[in-house]
Amino acid sequence: MAEIIVRNVRKEFGDFVAVKESSFTIEDGEFFMLLGPSGCGKTTTLRMIAGLELPTSGEIILDGEEISQKPPSERDIAFVFQMFALYPHMNVRKNISYPLVSQGMPRAQVKEKVAEVARILGIEDILNRPVGGLSGGDRQRVALGRAIVREPKAFMMDEPLGALDAEFREHMAEELRALHDRMGATTVYVTHDQLEAMQMGDKIVVMNNAVVEQFGTPQDIYDAPATMFVADFIGSPSMNFLGFNGTVSPGSGSVALNGCEMGVPELREAAQGDLVFGVRPEHIRLSTDGAYRGEVLATEYLGTTQIVTLDTPNGEVKARVASDQPAAMGETVGLEFNEQTVTLFDETSGRALRSKLNEGVLGHG
Amino acid sequence: MSAHSITEPTDRAKWIAGGLVVLYALVTMIPLAWIMLTGFKSPADAISYPPKVVFEPTLEGYVNLFTTRTRQTDDFLAANPPQNWADEIVRQYDMVIVGPSKFGERFLNSVIIGFGSTFLSVFLGTLAAYAFSRFKIPLADDLLFFILSTRMMPPIAVAIPIFLMYRNLGLSDTHLGMILLYTAVNISLAVWLLKGFIDEIPREYEEAALIDGYTRFQAFYKVVLPQAATGIASTAIFCLIFAWNEYAFAVLLTSATAQTAPPFIPTIIGIGGLDWPAVAAGATIFLLPVMIFTILLRKHLLRGITFGAVRK
Repeated sequence: MAEIIVRNVRKEFGDFVAVKESSFTIEDGEFFMLLGPSGCGKTTTLRMIAGLELPTSGEIILDGEEISQKPPSERDIAFVFQMFALYPHMNVRKNISYPLVSQGMPRAQVKEKVAEVARILGIEDILNRPVGGLSGGDRQRVALGRAIVREPKAFMMDEPLGALDAEFREHMAEELRALHDRMGATTVYVTHDQLEAMQMGDKIVVMNNAVVEQFGTPQDIYDAPATMFVADFIGSPSMNFLGFNGTVSPGSGSVALNGCEMGVPELREAAQGDLVFGVRPEHIRLSTDGAYRGEVLATEYLGTTQIVTLDTPNGEVKARVASDQPAAMGETVGLEFNEQTVTLFDETSGRALRSKLNEGVLGHG
Repeated sequence: MSAHSITEPTDRAKWIAGGLVVLYALVTMIPLAWIMLTGFKSPADAISYPPKVVFEPTLEGYVNLFTTRTRQTDDFLAANPPQNWADEIVRQYDMVIVGPSKFGERFLNSVIIGFGSTFLSVFLGTLAAYAFSRFKIPLADDLLFFILSTRMMPPIAVAIPIFLMYRNLGLSDTHLGMILLYTAVNISLAVWLLKGFIDEIPREYEEAALIDGYTRFQAFYKVVLPQAATGIASTAIFCLIFAWNEYAFAVLLTSATAQTAPPFIPTIIGIGGLDWPAVAAGATIFLLPVMIFTILLRKHLLRGITFGAVRK
């Protein structure tokens, strides 16, 4: 098991830049998520770590060794593909034992190893079946078996749950996480599903347009997004953006939103012009007498909570409130924001303004 | 009347369809059956009119095909009684067998040249198709078009340049020359067909093998080739059929040593008058290798013809 350092890695395909200089560190034993919309460069980054693509420039350090230009066979990294990529002309046992055979491991030992892995994954009874007729979940387990059987330094997983149906995906996600915790293996996991990333990851890298937008723990990323993209991409419904024009200076703790003074975490930098007041739906309370008011456009009932959509002077806002709180369409209500959770952004650059809330998080982003 | 689904044919429709297929198969098989039967007819039966369907079978055609014979005087015939059943057959025309004909040799040439060029076409075609399918090759599309363009005219159009070239290179009437020639003609077909098949094999299989510690070539050999077996088999059949049946270049470029069966079979006609049973026997034997090869690979061939039609 090993630490992986990705330093200034860049990948070009002809004129197309798939990944711009990106850096992050994956610590030993971490379950590390590469998150982003399709085409953002996350899979390319994963493939560069595995050796299926060679970076145009930059360094990848695995366990203290620079490996960025080495062939995959010399990296000792396992890869689980989205479509599983089980060898279709071999049965389950052969698929799992294939990486061991390439190492020239003696037969008896291979047999023992395969049996052990099959026991861990609960697939002992299908070892002699061809892979063609297996269910999605079993294919997934065989693919995992092929990855864990040789005890590699790290696992790369490219949307391994993407091919499973929704119901089974959750179950498999738990199984994967449990497997990781038992083996303590460094795992890099690519997904476009923010929920999956939050639920499974120790750390998350959010990528967009070939750039690393933010890197940190799920909680840091959720509470203190570094950019508007991250704020928007993570969370459902996503963060509300209230645009306003104003001036802020270091040390100030409030902004004027349509004439109403709104508290924000104490700012650490100055900015002026088009700014954005970002607040998560669950940090909005509805009140009858609040000064800042909005009209209820719609409500969505979700069981314990409801999502109330409101029209405010600074744009549409979604609030997550208790479902027993009355909110009738057409009614005008007051909005109160949990001021310690607000993030201000510069609208042009999309970057979060540094404040008491996020100064610790943005430091290492 | 029982309910049936719209997509599932009714029993009656199945019977009609089946009947039509059988009828078509019979029609197409009549010439083949004709040739095979004629091989076992006597020369008189072979040309009788109306044609005989029921006749007394004889191996005369096959004996004539494989031997050369001379007419002898009555004294000689009396002094040398027939040694075996083949002798007996030729005695009825006052002839004796003096030696083997060249058919065996020509047939062997066909086997060497046909299978040799098929192997070479498929071998080179697979490697080239893999490269075109998987690697970024500069001007790949132009190269592929260039390869295909060799098919845009009948090969015989370049017969004269090839004839002169082969004479200068000393390749005329050699096995190597014919193998190279048929390979050159077949390779464009092989590359294009196989590229289609290899394109269909997901790259992930090889990538998985690379990750599992295999080299690029091992991944190709152990993972891609088994997946491409269908394509390779059907490509091999098409290549073999061309090389096996090719007549024009064989007539032009071969005579003594490397002559294949197609130009040889018509010459049988001249040896002892119009010996149709011997010609038919030659044609029958000539058909067998391709037939056996195709039957052995027919599963792959079927998949090969319909490949790409249904997405897995």
